[in-house]
Amino acid sequence: MDINIASQITSFLAALVLLTAFAMLAQRRMYGLVNLFAWQGLFLSINTAIVGFVAGKHHLYISSVLTLSLKVILLPYILHVLIRRLKVHKEVEMVVNIPMTMLIGIALVIFSYHLTAPVMELSTLVTRSTLAVALATVMIGLLMMITRRHAVTQIIGFLAMENGLFFAATSATYGMPLVVELGVALDILIAAFIFGIFFFHINTTFDSLDVDQMARLKEED
Amino acid sequence: MLLILLLVPLFAAVILAFVGDRKFAPEINIIGSAATFVAGAGLALQVFEQGPMLAGKNFFFVDAFNVYLAVLTSFVSMTTAIFSRRYMRREREHGRIGHIRIRFYHAMFQLFIFAMLLCLLTNNIGVLWIAMELATLSTVLLVSLYRTPTAIEAAWKYFILCGVGISQALFGTVLLYFAAEKVLGEGGEALLWTNLNKVSGSLEPTVLSLAFVFLMVGYGTKVGLVPLHNWLPDAHSEGPTPISAVLSGLLLNVALYALVRCKVLVDGSTGTHHAGNIMMGFGLLSILVAAFSLLRQKDIKRMFSYSSIEHMGIATFAFGLGGPIATFGALLHMLVHSLAKSAIFFTVGHASQMHRTQDMDKIMGLFKGNPLVGWGLMFGVMAIVGMPPFGVFTSEFLILTATIKDAPWLTPFLLLGLGVAFAALFRRVQPMVSGDVPPHQKPMKAAHVPVILHMALVLMLGIYMPGFLNNWFHTAVELLK
Repeated sequence: MDINIASQITSFLAALVLLTAFAMLAQRRMYGLVNLFAWQGLFLSINTAIVGFVAGKHHLYISSVLTLSLKVILLPYILHVLIRRLKVHKEVEMVVNIPMTMLIGIALVIFSYHLTAPVMELSTLVTRSTLAVALATVMIGLLMMITRRHAVTQIIGFLAMENGLFFAATSATYGMPLVVELGVALDILIAAFIFGIFFFHINTTFDSLDVDQMARLKEED
Repeated sequence: MLLILLLVPLFAAVILAFVGDRKFAPEINIIGSAATFVAGAGLALQVFEQGPMLAGKNFFFVDAFNVYLAVLTSFVSMTTAIFSRRYMRREREHGRIGHIRIRFYHAMFQLFIFAMLLCLLTNNIGVLWIAMELATLSTVLLVSLYRTPTAIEAAWKYFILCGVGISQALFGTVLLYFAAEKVLGEGGEALLWTNLNKVSGSLEPTVLSLAFVFLMVGYGTKVGLVPLHNWLPDAHSEGPTPISAVLSGLLLNVALYALVRCKVLVDGSTGTHHAGNIMMGFGLLSILVAAFSLLRQKDIKRMFSYSSIEHMGIATFAFGLGGPIATFGALLHMLVHSLAKSAIFFTVGHASQMHRTQDMDKIMGLFKGNPLVGWGLMFGVMAIVGMPPFGVFTSEFLILTATIKDAPWLTPFLLLGLGVAFAALFRRVQPMVSGDVPPHQKPMKAAHVPVILHMALVLMLGIYMPGFLNNWFHTAVELLK
């Protein structure tokens, strides 16, 4: 494949990843969020495979398959089951309204480009232009965790951040060494079990998954 | 020896998961931790005789810096296992936990020890990150062990905040790998700390200073530095006390260790004091904020968690300051703080069990009620606030001396923090230990071995420093220069 075409395809996929990140910021329904998360994972997985093909890095195929099975199939499935079992379909009130969140999101993207500019100059990889998008995805995930008050949404934001980090690793360096990728995947898997258990604990203890109810631990005056 | 050290806790975790809540499970826990300690001591002996070494295809390495922390980790986990036998039995009697949770508790305790040791001994900074995350994940559900609303809230906060924090560290690690790959080529070799340290001079400084900001935020969250410390007092106060002891005494140290390892690389690359300045800023802010927060606490475990933030701030500040005296002080401080703080948590655990509350206003008459717990707490607090002749005095004195020499304008702030913390802790501890035994206090048999052992070591380190430790610290100081 021509390097130019490859670079265009990765840029296009990066744009799609960023688009799904923004769509997640605007999405209020739980199932919609989980589906968007799965789409984001799919774009990442395709991107990883293409980068692996262009750069001739075979370990990226493994990461790609890992992403596909973990972030496109397993995690969305677990989340779907949890949402159905816990009967949470709608998001609770947001701290900041959607248009405002989107504006902050745009500011974060610009900030990411600014921050990664010196790093991108040094890079010679096909994927170098996507590093800023990766950082922006991480930041938007973080923003989502801050502005949403629902335990499930916070977790999806957390996983979206993880997606951004994985994307950063692929775009800055053609992926971390395999042992690290596998370890990170293992950690995410363990985290998935833990938050699954957690949702039930929170739900039974507080009768809701709204994290605003968890405000007992404060400094007393 | 190194591999044995890592495998023992892992096996112990598996065995304990199967054994479950049998009568002898706490004993297996103790034996497992004791075996880990023996392996740790063996490793230390090996390093002492042969110097630093690599193992497992360069995947693991030991030098003067991490070997002492590995011994410390295995030692404190052993004493905590001894303490937890009595403590958890009492919790069972109070009906706070059942069979399944005991099984879970023991298995996770050992897994946590494994994660920390892996963190300390791995040579690969990617694996360092993974082990750090594993250490968080294995303790999240231990913090929520009691399933009370506050415990679940604390654990959720811990999970989310540390998860977010540590992802920043992963981004930093990616950037570090990006810089390393240019020099060392691709593959796992480029993430090995020993390789990176050799070529740190030729790593791209702009990338590394950016990477350090992310690493600082990431690992700094786990160290509990202000303003990233929000999760710490909650997580440390709501979990079972043995877990508070290992979280405060060990996990914070391990996170600081990770940060310092990264700082060495960044310093080697930039050749400036950029990383050190950031660490000094975070450290000093932590000391001051934690010291003033100490004044407002009502919950005994919460108060000592803030004290942990303060002491981690001191160590971070000292590492940031750099120079042989400050670094030596910081290394010693990590050691003595860990010993003193876990001893305090042991006595605090017993004290709150005797009164069935963590509210300091309701705890009193410890000297008369249970002399070991009372005096243990008293001496523990005397040690932690830095009174001579305890070891904390030595380390704080060294750090203060270095500050006066290298950054005199910061000395008043440091002194203010130490002074306020001193006053705050003493004001609270005096009424708890003295006075008559209140009617709601129930006598209990305390686990005295761990407390006495820890306090004796802290006292010894204040009076006499063993030769081998001195050697290690000096070698580590050279390493971190």
